[in-house]
Amino acid sequence: MLRIDKEACIGCGLCESTCTFGAIKVVEGLAVVGDSCTLCGSCVEVCEVGALSIEREEKATQGNLADWSGVWVYAECRHGRLAPVALELLGAGRKLAEKRGVALTAVLLGHQLAGLPAELIAHGADKVFVVDDPSLAAFTDDAYGNALSSLARQHKPEIILAGATAIGRSFIPRVATTLATGLTADCTDLGIREEDGALLQTRPAFGGNIMATIVCPHTRPQISTVRPLVMKPLPRDANRTGEIEQVTLAAALLAPRVKVLDSVVEDLDKVNLSEADIVVAGGRGLENEKGFAMIRELADLLGGAVAASRAAVDSGWIPYPHQVGQTGKTVAPKIYIACGISGAIQHLVGMQSADTIIAINRDPDAPIFNVATYGIVGDVFEVVPKLIAKFKARKNP
Amino acid sequence: MKIIVCVKQVPDAKDVRLDPKTNTLARDGVQSIMNPYDRHALEEAVRLKEKHGGMVTVVSMGPPQAEVMLREAVSCGADEVVLVSDRAFAGADTWATTYTLSMAIRKLDDFDLILCGKQAIDGDTAQVGPGLAERLQVPFVAYVRKIRECDGKAMQVERLMDDGYDLLEVPLPALFTVVKEINEPRIPSLKGKMKAKGIEITVFNASDIEADPEQLGLKGSPTQVVRVFSPELKGERAMLAGSADEQVAQLYEKLSPLL
Repeated sequence: MLRIDKEACIGCGLCESTCTFGAIKVVEGLAVVGDSCTLCGSCVEVCEVGALSIEREEKATQGNLADWSGVWVYAECRHGRLAPVALELLGAGRKLAEKRGVALTAVLLGHQLAGLPAELIAHGADKVFVVDDPSLAAFTDDAYGNALSSLARQHKPEIILAGATAIGRSFIPRVATTLATGLTADCTDLGIREEDGALLQTRPAFGGNIMATIVCPHTRPQISTVRPLVMKPLPRDANRTGEIEQVTLAAALLAPRVKVLDSVVEDLDKVNLSEADIVVAGGRGLENEKGFAMIRELADLLGGAVAASRAAVDSGWIPYPHQVGQTGKTVAPKIYIACGISGAIQHLVGMQSADTIIAINRDPDAPIFNVATYGIVGDVFEVVPKLIAKFKARKNP
Repeated sequence: MKIIVCVKQVPDAKDVRLDPKTNTLARDGVQSIMNPYDRHALEEAVRLKEKHGGMVTVVSMGPPQAEVMLREAVSCGADEVVLVSDRAFAGADTWATTYTLSMAIRKLDDFDLILCGKQAIDGDTAQVGPGLAERLQVPFVAYVRKIRECDGKAMQVERLMDDGYDLLEVPLPALFTVVKEINEPRIPSLKGKMKAKGIEITVFNASDIEADPEQLGLKGSPTQVVRVFSPELKGERAMLAGSADEQVAQLYEKLSPLL
């Protein structure tokens, strides 16, 4: 529970203004905690006089944690192709494995996977477990969850990383529940704690309004799903060597209760937003659907993709696959041009790792300017057409 | 058809913004609301009931204040509401939460279907749905965007994937999490509001659900938050000056070498 030291509390109200749940209030000069406290710890962090603390009764430690060793990456594969996040995780996993002085293992589940294990080794894996089975041809939570849980029980890795993709976020929670261990979703930073080698998992919460660092101190494996496009893959090295082990699992483990009748790839967008080098994005400031015609023109001219803030998507000006931000896609292009986007933190978390960010907005106080490499305070309907004219002139001098 | 919907009360984070001057969060007037994705789960449950008959039970784990949200759920079509509430649940991570919810659901009648929102907008973990399905040993489907068919024994559903969708056949009982595309939630009816006023809310505490205290709240949580901080923004904030033409010219100079 949250303890308040009545002697130390000066009633300054910092805790009250920090609490997202409205659970702590200053009453007659002293902080008082209410029922909606979730013990998130933000108030403890912000208190300048050290009047707040969280009293923990620790969970009992499971067995001997030292029995669990090695870093695993779940190498996601769909329709015969590795998900880009698999290689990114090998890059992140390599660093963790070296810090811990252990091996990096990739787990590949699917059917007809020839060539893929070698690709995983070239990108940093020391070892690859391959379960190649017709019942893994299509993704099901049951078969994939059972396969990964069963391998983890047998080989006891200390860390498992998976992509925070539709597939990863669907079946990894099941694996964590089965193994009775913790799981941290959608991490954007991973590290190793010096004192005890614990995995430090950092993730955004409250729509990206706060960041939280999470550990899993008493159980193994420590499992994280990691947001795509955040970690960097290692350069491909065809000379790297590693071990490939084909594993056969009992048929009963791979028999899903849910039947996949069809798996449809929808061509939602001509340009894949997540992979575009240049992204031109529009927000509420575009005022209507027609505003996006201008954004599209600039994007086409630059060979880029069109993105939007949630405000624009919610207004129905452009479909959801274009949404960038906490509840949409994460992008990390070379150039991101934000037009008429105020820059709510939920949007910023989806694009702030772009190399160069250009912001065009009428409001000089718009938060988007806090992340902008170059900012223009002005009317998008004046600035963007001028920019289009410039680039047209460049193309057809 | 007996349907259980799990809902969560969350702070309305939609309008929370960074204060551009102090770079801290401006949180004034942030209200508690029903998690928006759960609203779609509730709507889908009510539509299934209207089509196939049955009953919709809404379950929420949270503080006593969540009662307001549960009454709202009744005004939108829920038949009965259960609040799972105890100080012992505070600080639960998703593992302890799924334990608590699974124990509460075992106290209720058998169900055909459990619906949850795909994630809550405060934690954004998307872990409670799949974790709960595993605890209750029922099939799970994430990101359901359409329920196509239902014959009482099985359902055909579309699952939204990163690159399209999967069409699945799922035997009941099962648990789905739903995305917003699945429906447009209704506005509470006058009749519903009247019913909501009078409804008796069932409250379960830790002993009502016969929970093992070791598995609850902070103590039962395998994960621990060790640090909470504001996101760092790396911006250089170089504002271009001059008339619109001059600004565009400068920007063009800066961008051209990058293209």
